[in-house]
Amino acid sequence: MGGWAIAVHGGAGVDPNLPQQRQEEAKQLLNRCLNLGIDALRSNLSAVDVVELVVRELETDPVFNSGRGSALTAKGTVEMESSIMDGRGRRCGAVSGLTTVKNPVSLARLVMERSPHSYLAFAGAEDFARQQGVEVVDNEYFITEENVGMLKLAKEANTIMFDYRVPEAVGLETCSAVVESPILMNGLPISVYAPETVGCVVVDSQGRCAAATSTGGLLNKMSGRIGDSPLIGAGTYASNLCGVSCTGEGEAIIRGTLAREVAAVMEYKGLGLQEAVDFVIKERLDEGKAGLIAVSNKGEVAWGFNTTGMFRGCATEDGFMEVGIWD
Amino acid sequence: MGWAIALHGGAGDISPSIPPERRQPREAALRHCLQIGVDALKAQKSPLDVVELVVRELENNPHFNAGKGSVLTTEGTVEMEACIMDGKTKKCGAVSGLTTVVNAISLARVVMEKTPHIYLAFDGAEKFAREQGLETVDSSHFITPANIERLKQFKEANRVQIDCAQPVEKDVKKETPTGDGDSPIGTVGCVAVDNDGNLAAATSTGGFVNKMVGRIGDTPIIGAGTYANNLCAVSATGRGEAIIRGTVARDVAALMEFKGLSLKDAAACVVEERVPRDNVGLVAVSAKGEVTMPFNTTGMYRASATEDGYTEFGIWPSVEN
Repeated sequence: MGGWAIAVHGGAGVDPNLPQQRQEEAKQLLNRCLNLGIDALRSNLSAVDVVELVVRELETDPVFNSGRGSALTAKGTVEMESSIMDGRGRRCGAVSGLTTVKNPVSLARLVMERSPHSYLAFAGAEDFARQQGVEVVDNEYFITEENVGMLKLAKEANTIMFDYRVPEAVGLETCSAVVESPILMNGLPISVYAPETVGCVVVDSQGRCAAATSTGGLLNKMSGRIGDSPLIGAGTYASNLCGVSCTGEGEAIIRGTLAREVAAVMEYKGLGLQEAVDFVIKERLDEGKAGLIAVSNKGEVAWGFNTTGMFRGCATEDGFMEVGIWD
Repeated sequence: MGWAIALHGGAGDISPSIPPERRQPREAALRHCLQIGVDALKAQKSPLDVVELVVRELENNPHFNAGKGSVLTTEGTVEMEACIMDGKTKKCGAVSGLTTVVNAISLARVVMEKTPHIYLAFDGAEKFAREQGLETVDSSHFITPANIERLKQFKEANRVQIDCAQPVEKDVKKETPTGDGDSPIGTVGCVAVDNDGNLAAATSTGGFVNKMVGRIGDTPIIGAGTYANNLCAVSATGRGEAIIRGTVARDVAALMEFKGLSLKDAAACVVEERVPRDNVGLVAVSAKGEVTMPFNTTGMYRASATEDGYTEFGIWPSVEN
């Protein structure tokens, strides 16, 4: 064991009827990001540099729900959030409520390194972004036609706002999306609700772990709603043992403090990485649906999910490389 | 078994020479709030109701850093946050960036019970508060002369402007207590367990003196400042950045669960070994009705009571330990 390892994800919870073309598009992006990360690792960049650069690529590409291509709020705008954690020293940075910052993960990193705090949000975060001179754009930049269409469908299905524990049949009649499967996530048919948060975890050749997660959040969310992605211990965590990034139903991930849980069972129960991931997915999600990727300081990589599918890719120094969506 | 309750009014560098006119109202408030909590538990109110009730009382008291009496941001404004968690169901609610809501903890509870979400912040949270008919007031209500003074002194003592081009040390710098012996950090919180072992935790704060606008601390982050499950309920206070990175509240429960430590040992381990000195304090109760209130700062305003009649109040470390 030993050596570097990297994993990326583009969200847990995939429509089983996702058109082939979309599946290909997603896999190509995951491949590209993996290769970016691998090149960086081979050039000896540190784990935290690698996760930032890979997540920047995922944010910039409109395919998944982060940065450009973020899911829209109920108001039709984009509010992005992200967090990053460096296992060495457990330093962390997080941001929420961003509307003009082109790469949320980079702002999260600046919060970690250039502010006295760990988490900045909304107007304060936007001000900090300008102080730091990061690239800002109009909110429209992040909005894609596809997501405008998704929001419309979500509003028609209208099950998200107040009672998300609806029986599966309700809402399907009103949803004009082609719904061939009754799978629901967060109260919406999976063909409409595509979680697609992105994340990356890395262990570098010095055994340092890092993790980063970024998202536009829940489709049709209330403005001001914060999910798991910027919450250290929930969506993102890294220690000297491992790095973890989660995706799926935010509320379930928060309640289960999912990312921290993987590290905690490794640390306090001595479980290995895969065992820890399996344990957490199986035992810590109650009725929630989620997935995660993880790396260990020994150069291992693992993932797990209890959803139908998770967009993911991983690679290790000994040449193993894989991109996948389904089980 | 039996019920138990513990509450805190903030951990920090509370100078032993704090003048009586500052110390006494806080001690009196701790007694008063403890009594309210105890009465509610005796009246069979759920732990969730009890922690909300007690924290509301602490928020309304201007002597603690929550609700009225919240410390000020670098712009002299108030941004409050709170979090509540029900150990039985692991449902939780959190809010940040409130400027007009009288009781942040109650809004957190409404988020938990009336939305499919866990966490709402800033404008969205304020809007939601109005939609739900929660009591709101002009933001000046929360600002006290003591806090205006505290901000001024803090800015003067930390005259070196943080140069945003340089890396910043986050939690090593010891806080400079202001002239009146007060700590610039702190939070209020309450944890409770009933006779059936149901647990709940609640925490509320104005945050850190002179904080950047938009700064979120540990309080509303589940697993950091607040946590409850079927084993224990925890509310932490102190340096937010250290509590977040140490996932303090969750770790107490994790040590109990995965390493079989007792409540007392788990809490002590976290406070002594997993966070830097002078940074953190917490109160915790277990499903079995035990209580612990460890801290690694100079002091922590705290109070607790258990059904068998034991009560404790304190600011500095107890002599017996």
